[in-house]
Amino acid sequence: MSIRVIKTLKRLAAIVLFAPALALSAGAELHLDKAPVSSDPGALQNGAKVFVNYCLNCHSASFARYNTLQEIGLDEQQIRDNLMFTGERIGDLMKIAMRPAESKVWFGVTPPDLTLIARQRASEFGSGADWLYTYLRQFYLDPARPTGWNNVVFGNVGMPHALWELQGQQVAKVTEHEDGTKSVALELATPGTMSVEEYDKTVADLVSFLVWMGEPIADKRKTIGIYVLIFLAGLFVLSYALKKNYWKDIH
Amino acid sequence: MTTKSQELMHWIDARFPLTSTWKAHLSEYYAPKNFNFWYFFGSLALLVLVIQIVTGIFLVMHYKPDASLNASGVPVAFASVEYIMREVPGGWLIRYLHSTGASAFFVVVYLHMFRGLLYGSYRKPRELIWVFGTLIFLALMAEAFMGYLLPWGQMSFWGAQVIVNLFSAIPVIGPDLSLIIRGDYVVSDATLNRFFSFHVIAVPLVLIGLVLAHIVALHEVGSNNPDGVEIKKKKDANGIPLDGIPFHPYYTVKDIMGVVGFLIVFSAILFFAPEGGGYFLEYNNFIPADPLKTPPHIAPVWYFTPFYSILRAVTYPLFGVDAKFWGVVAMGASVVIIAFLPWLDRSPVKSIRYKGGLFKAILAVFLVAFFILGYLGVLPPTPGRTLVAQICSVLYFAFFLLMPWYSKLDKCKPEPERVTFK
Repeated sequence: MSIRVIKTLKRLAAIVLFAPALALSAGAELHLDKAPVSSDPGALQNGAKVFVNYCLNCHSASFARYNTLQEIGLDEQQIRDNLMFTGERIGDLMKIAMRPAESKVWFGVTPPDLTLIARQRASEFGSGADWLYTYLRQFYLDPARPTGWNNVVFGNVGMPHALWELQGQQVAKVTEHEDGTKSVALELATPGTMSVEEYDKTVADLVSFLVWMGEPIADKRKTIGIYVLIFLAGLFVLSYALKKNYWKDIH
Repeated sequence: MTTKSQELMHWIDARFPLTSTWKAHLSEYYAPKNFNFWYFFGSLALLVLVIQIVTGIFLVMHYKPDASLNASGVPVAFASVEYIMREVPGGWLIRYLHSTGASAFFVVVYLHMFRGLLYGSYRKPRELIWVFGTLIFLALMAEAFMGYLLPWGQMSFWGAQVIVNLFSAIPVIGPDLSLIIRGDYVVSDATLNRFFSFHVIAVPLVLIGLVLAHIVALHEVGSNNPDGVEIKKKKDANGIPLDGIPFHPYYTVKDIMGVVGFLIVFSAILFFAPEGGGYFLEYNNFIPADPLKTPPHIAPVWYFTPFYSILRAVTYPLFGVDAKFWGVVAMGASVVIIAFLPWLDRSPVKSIRYKGGLFKAILAVFLVAFFILGYLGVLPPTPGRTLVAQICSVLYFAFFLLMPWYSKLDKCKPEPERVTFK
């Protein structure tokens, strides 16, 4: 088969793969739950634990380094003992063994790098954190999908529900309204190892961690900003006084 | 008695016009004393230019214009920006200064241009200042457009793809022209490298040259003012304008105050909302460029949206040529027409203070149309929105093209002899 034919087929495949996403985002309104994002070290550390255990196998975080986790209150030994499972060194980037080209063949789409996911998923419907918080809580069983899972926020999502043991299994009750629109209500059919509240808290911690990882400097940036603004306010008073003094003779 | 420092000044002045330049442009450059709030934005535009150049120098030390994928499957250019944000000491600050600075540049330049519109700063003898200014605006648009490709995110890539494709709509030379601009059949590593070169060297050189010409021309004829009367007409015995005050120290100290005021607003955005609600840094641009994944909605950055709306508003093919081409023509014309203002305005007065209700009403309509165009430019088009954009585009052009008539019809008040102050 010639290269051109292969390329055309690849493009066709891409179109078919992303057609549902296109259709959804064209008009559909997203209803997102407000994520209770926290910058509490305990929440961030729990989020890091969940992230490393459940996400960092298929997804990489290739812009973040293990030792930057010191900024959420862990020391190097704690990071080594609890969050590093293979032969990485503490200064390494949080990469995974699976290569992007291979995962593309295996899953049809490479699981996206998650370092910036909280910044990427922001939209006019809510922050990236809101999207992630809603998404991770709205998986439901769908026998029509190859993985057996579907998602309310991300229709026909490629990822199975990685946290299903914690949340349990939800099923969707679709009600059709008189005006032709549909609404989906989720019901917990089989409970998981966590209660609903525990699971929501776990997801909130994970989302908080993802927000932190998207821009680790964010808190420091705001702190510096306050000092900068205080300094500039003082400087403005001085510059105003200077101007007033120079201009007192101009009539 | 001559001191050592005076001797040194004499030595320099015999070889370089230091004192005379200082006098001509600062200490004995007489500016009208009645400048108001609107007159801060010229010096602020210069400040932002300096911010962009200085931060740009440091960004280039760490940025890599390379579209190839690294071991994690991420384009090197995209990864280098994240490297700046995360690992270069102070890199996040430099990058946010540059990205916020880009939007700030357009804010101050738009306000600076609107000032000219309010007070007739483009009128005789300041036509060339205005023409240079329009060229600066054009160069700035090119600079911003090419700079936006460099982070190599989804919006960088697809925005460039859309805009460069527009050139292919030009009859006969179009396809080859867009090929030359891209250096490839699609936006690729070749495009990234040439845009980097243009963004870092070529366009900044043009910009600095034009800014110099803008200021030299201004200092040749002297500044306009909110009353639109020439201060050079009334001079004292020493030949100094009665309503003029030396730029230094009066306007240097006043502009310092303006600079600090600007920095307060600038820092508030920089430190607390550097993404500007998705308008300064688009959310999609945190996703690395993927040539196989077209985003559902490609929106230009906010400062291009009024002109982008005009482009999209043209939906009729003419003379057997594609509508897209006429859209490009309309968009180009909407910027170029600004340069012709000095010859379109036939009003007997310069300043809006002495113009009649007709001009004020038309200016208000123009402003509203411009904002609506800008708003529509960030939204995906629908038939209704396209119709609104078409009406606003007509209003935009009518403001300029009908000016020779309505500026004469307008009932103006007489201008004062001297400027009004307090």
